[in-house]
Amino acid sequence: MSLFVAAMIILVLAAAAAFTTRTRVSGLRRGGERLHSLPGYHGIYVFLWSAVPALLLLAIWAIVQGGLVEQAVLASPAGQALPDFDLQRDAILSEARAIAGGYQSSGFYPQSEALAPVHAAARAHYGWMGAGVAFTAFLVGLLFAMRRTGAAFRARTGVERWMMVVLVGASMIAIFTTLGIVLSLMFETLLFFQKVNPVEFLFGTQWSPQTAIRADQAGSSGAFGSVPLFWGTIFIGAIIAMIVAIPLGLMSAIFLTQYAHARVRAWLKPILEILAGVPTVVYGYFAALTVAPAIRDLGVTLGIPASSESALAAGLVMGIMIIPFVSSMADDSIAAVPQAMNDGSLALGATRSETIKKVIFPAALPGIVGGILLAVSRAIGETMIVVMAAGLAANLTANPFASVTTVTVQIVQLLTGDQEFDSAKTLAAFALGLVLFFITLLLNLYALRVVRKYREAYE
Amino acid sequence: MNDTTTATAADTSAAPALPKMRAENVNVFYGDKQAIKDVSIEIFDDKVTAFIGPSGCGKSTFLRTLNRMNDTIPSARVEGLIELDGEDIHAPAMDVVQLRARVGMVFQKPNPFPKSIYENIAYGPRIHGLTSSKSDMDAIVESSLRRAGLWDEVKDRLDESGTALSGGQQQRLCIARAIAVDPEVILMDEPCSALDPIATAKIEELIHELRGRYAIAIVTHNMQQAARVSQRTAFFHLGNLVEYGETGQIFTNPTQQRTQDYITGRYG
Repeated sequence: MSLFVAAMIILVLAAAAAFTTRTRVSGLRRGGERLHSLPGYHGIYVFLWSAVPALLLLAIWAIVQGGLVEQAVLASPAGQALPDFDLQRDAILSEARAIAGGYQSSGFYPQSEALAPVHAAARAHYGWMGAGVAFTAFLVGLLFAMRRTGAAFRARTGVERWMMVVLVGASMIAIFTTLGIVLSLMFETLLFFQKVNPVEFLFGTQWSPQTAIRADQAGSSGAFGSVPLFWGTIFIGAIIAMIVAIPLGLMSAIFLTQYAHARVRAWLKPILEILAGVPTVVYGYFAALTVAPAIRDLGVTLGIPASSESALAAGLVMGIMIIPFVSSMADDSIAAVPQAMNDGSLALGATRSETIKKVIFPAALPGIVGGILLAVSRAIGETMIVVMAAGLAANLTANPFASVTTVTVQIVQLLTGDQEFDSAKTLAAFALGLVLFFITLLLNLYALRVVRKYREAYE
Repeated sequence: MNDTTTATAADTSAAPALPKMRAENVNVFYGDKQAIKDVSIEIFDDKVTAFIGPSGCGKSTFLRTLNRMNDTIPSARVEGLIELDGEDIHAPAMDVVQLRARVGMVFQKPNPFPKSIYENIAYGPRIHGLTSSKSDMDAIVESSLRRAGLWDEVKDRLDESGTALSGGQQQRLCIARAIAVDPEVILMDEPCSALDPIATAKIEELIHELRGRYAIAIVTHNMQQAARVSQRTAFFHLGNLVEYGETGQIFTNPTQQRTQDYITGRYG
């Protein structure tokens, strides 16, 4: 039995059980008994106890089943006869799976057609077994819950407890996903560090990831010094972009909160927020096709060595993209400064700009700093703009007209196209990703701490 | 002869003293709603004037027109004449920033800045350039805190945050902050409504001490407080100034039936 069909049947049965329970408990009330909980709560209680554990078991079974089926197939006589060579065996097994599932009518390998019925049988066997386990869980849950429902039973409290379980589960998913991402990055990174010295990776200043494919091939042996990449990332994302975004973002936030008439604000704020909704690839076009050439011409005019892809072009456009992040956080934290502060300062004869500079801005500062840090971590993780406008050359330069490259650009370069997953070149992408992840993680943690501290300030 | 009787004697002599502030036919609107209707009043230099009346009667609104704090509310509109020492406060020649330096304000809820006690006091003098040296500033901070009766409690912790003080201390800090810019008039908008009785008593005592140096106008809900601290009382009702006169006369022998009803607690 397909697990999906089993899940549907369980859902329908659980819903039916819930409905009957509700009707039964309503009957108790009509019979003059005083209920602790509304009949609907009894129904939901029965539904949750019967459906949720069974469906969870089904989900786990669905993950495990593939491995079990494969083991059974391999253990069969036809499976024993398979060649030892990994790639070929995997190909035959996946063909057999496709034929057994009906996605494919005949196979390239003769063995796969022989394996198909074995595969189908194993799948049916384990499918029924999974369904059996799930139905058992369903019945146990159903009986447990049905026996408890009754006039005095506190179904409402029980449902409340379930609610908490569901909410905890939802938040756990996000946490475990993050953990999973870190672990998978970490695994590949360890492989990379077996091939390349971590010290060279973290502190080397040469980046040239091309390695020879054949032993006799001429050319580079590969250099994996990531300093130029992190410098490029910081130069574009944390320096140039912030020089653009911080003043513009703060000033627009101050204008919108302190000076703008309510009607002007109602128009301007959404328009500013449109900036945050522009797809980054569109910013990329703009940077590469409009801003970069203009900056190259400017550099040439000024007599500074300028390339047609420059840190300045990418940084300027990224700064514009980040403005809404800075300004909306600043807007929130300025708006959170109590009106009483504003009044107190004005009543002492301060002008509006003195009040903003000396009272409102310092009071809002932690929130503003938090917003800026979040914006920085967004900017250094940003990919599309730099891929299109910053260039590929790993230069260690402070000339904003020169081309630099960033971590994200190199990750894209390293992983685009067909790649073998055991070369230092490909694995380097994971090491870069892991370091970048840690940098943004630390920035975010620090930013959230700062923001939380300021939230407490007025409570 | 004690203080109170001298004051009363001076009041009853009806000397033609010039009022510190004078309002004539003042109307205030919030959008279409009229909050103050045709109010005329005079506030004198060496007296405390109390504004009493039921909630929503416009007394706080009126107080805020005296230093143009209503300018900060976009929908508010003020009509009529308000003078400070004979100068129209709405005249183009009058700078609102200067006006507020001369007419200080203390709010209902203590609102110290999230800065140190010292910086809270130094804020106003620094903005107005009242001092030229650190020692001048120290002197202003000390004298302001002394006048607000807070010096002995905070002199050893001037660099602690003003928000860490108790509610009553915060309110006295706000009064000290207002005093520091050397205003001529101090407006107090229910300064004790967020305080406990002991802190309230301290503020009332402080108001007594400040009288004579500054013209003081105080909005209060508490009629006993008005009777205790003020020499003149104005009774507002529904945006109208119903009755204005000597505090003693308002509380013992009001001319208007509405005043009589309010102070005897028949409504409000």
